[in-house]
Amino acid sequence: MINYLQLNLEILYWLAAGPFKKKGFKSLHVFQQMMRIGVDALPMVCLTTFSIGLTLAMQGAGTLEKMGAEQFVPNLVSISLLRELGPLLVAMIVIGRSGSSVTAELGAMKVAEEIEALEVMAIDPIRYLIVPRFLAMMIMVPALTVFGNCVAMVGGWTICHFALDMSTPYYIVGLIEPAELDDLYSGIVKSVAFAWLIATIACNSGLEVTGGAEGVGRATTQSVVYSLLSVLITNAILTAFFFFL
Amino acid sequence: MPDTEPIKASAPASNAESQDRKPIIEVTDLVREFDGRTVLNGLSFTVHPGDTFIIMGGSGCGKSTLLRHIVGSLKPTSGSIKIFGEEITGMDDHELALIRRRFGMLFQSSALLQSLTVGENVALPILEHSDVDENIASLMVKMKLELVGLTGFENLKPAEISGGMRKRVALARALALDPELIFSDEPTSGLDPVMTAVVDQLTQDLTRKLGVTAVVVTHDMTSAFRIGTRMIMLGTGPYQGKIVAEGSPEEIRDHPNPMLQQFIQGNADGPIPLRLSKGDYLKTLLGRDEE
Repeated sequence: MINYLQLNLEILYWLAAGPFKKKGFKSLHVFQQMMRIGVDALPMVCLTTFSIGLTLAMQGAGTLEKMGAEQFVPNLVSISLLRELGPLLVAMIVIGRSGSSVTAELGAMKVAEEIEALEVMAIDPIRYLIVPRFLAMMIMVPALTVFGNCVAMVGGWTICHFALDMSTPYYIVGLIEPAELDDLYSGIVKSVAFAWLIATIACNSGLEVTGGAEGVGRATTQSVVYSLLSVLITNAILTAFFFFL
Repeated sequence: MPDTEPIKASAPASNAESQDRKPIIEVTDLVREFDGRTVLNGLSFTVHPGDTFIIMGGSGCGKSTLLRHIVGSLKPTSGSIKIFGEEITGMDDHELALIRRRFGMLFQSSALLQSLTVGENVALPILEHSDVDENIASLMVKMKLELVGLTGFENLKPAEISGGMRKRVALARALALDPELIFSDEPTSGLDPVMTAVVDQLTQDLTRKLGVTAVVVTHDMTSAFRIGTRMIMLGTGPYQGKIVAEGSPEEIRDHPNPMLQQFIQGNADGPIPLRLSKGDYLKTLLGRDEE
């Protein structure tokens, strides 16, 4: 826990001091990580969020139809995605795909003495390895969330348009009407908080690897479990915060 | 049983000049314990400018651990380590980084960054610690790679070259900033005899022609006697973590200490313990008696 807090402080230090230092973090490294964490994850995010949008609309339609309220399906899709499902779903994808990958990569580097080599070359591993991954996660997770929400809404439209004979303009109005800007903001705030947790837990787990290949496997599992738990708990706390606000 | 007193170091004639100068490394009463087990036990020695200082000893005697203390990767339980006259044991990361820019290190596993190409690995310390632009850095990389016989390998990834080549790239990286001091952890392990001779020759050229000081951890005796100007041997078993011999290559080679001779000649029989009973194991390595 002390190491985790120390890592957070060091990241904050480099974020604040980096731009003013001669040798800060390199934007090229941030872009490389943004490609890996964000752009390369687009197909998976598309597929998952589209299917969730589809499922949500089908389940909603099935229940609301009995009450003659199927016109509220777009409202259900919109609110569910913006407030809860979008950020949470993307966070789950990023934990499984990128968080585990960051931990395994850093762990393998630790085992292969690459991180120690950086230190002996007087290159701070936090600046060189961690900050670019952290920044990429902080930028790409909210971006993926917005993108994922849009794709899921297309999934919902597919059901509403083809199964419920709803016109596209009606569906779009149904999406926008009940949603407030606060709903969008709360989703973005959640995704930023999730990104912070995923990045720091993944990096800390990777840096703490000991014991070779077995240690890398153990750290990767630990990273995924801790990230999932912390994201779910944080989601409940933030939902309560926005609920009572 | 061998003598517990190490052979006292005397200045070899060829190295007399360097002995008069201030030591570049001073280790005094260095002790390191891991969970009650003493790995380094009161080590004291000095390395002078221009020396090729060999640290040898059997597997598990603490050679690499000693090296990691000298480069500041590990903190000792007690004792003092001075590099370039500055005490490093109490230094923070920033102070340590300033010292580290003045030396290079070749790791046993090469420790090249797998995500970078050979050229990018060698360029890394140049771009991080100097103001040269990428064109100059690229030229410097070519020069360093030529030095280790790897011209034209710049664009390959470490995974695409052999273990011996990786070691030579790591050496080129360690030399990238023309350091005053170079540390090598098993520089010739995994190399064929010809390449071992090439790496040895390179170390000799660096120390004799350019005045670089080298600290080499090895148990390759041929290599050690070929390049070493001063040597220490760390003990195992009852002498775990202690210097059992110290001196010039000639003094080490001729000394009658049976542990030393067994190690140099690579004999299976001798005072170096190969098998320990469970009681001995607990007592010697873990520092407690059998329950």
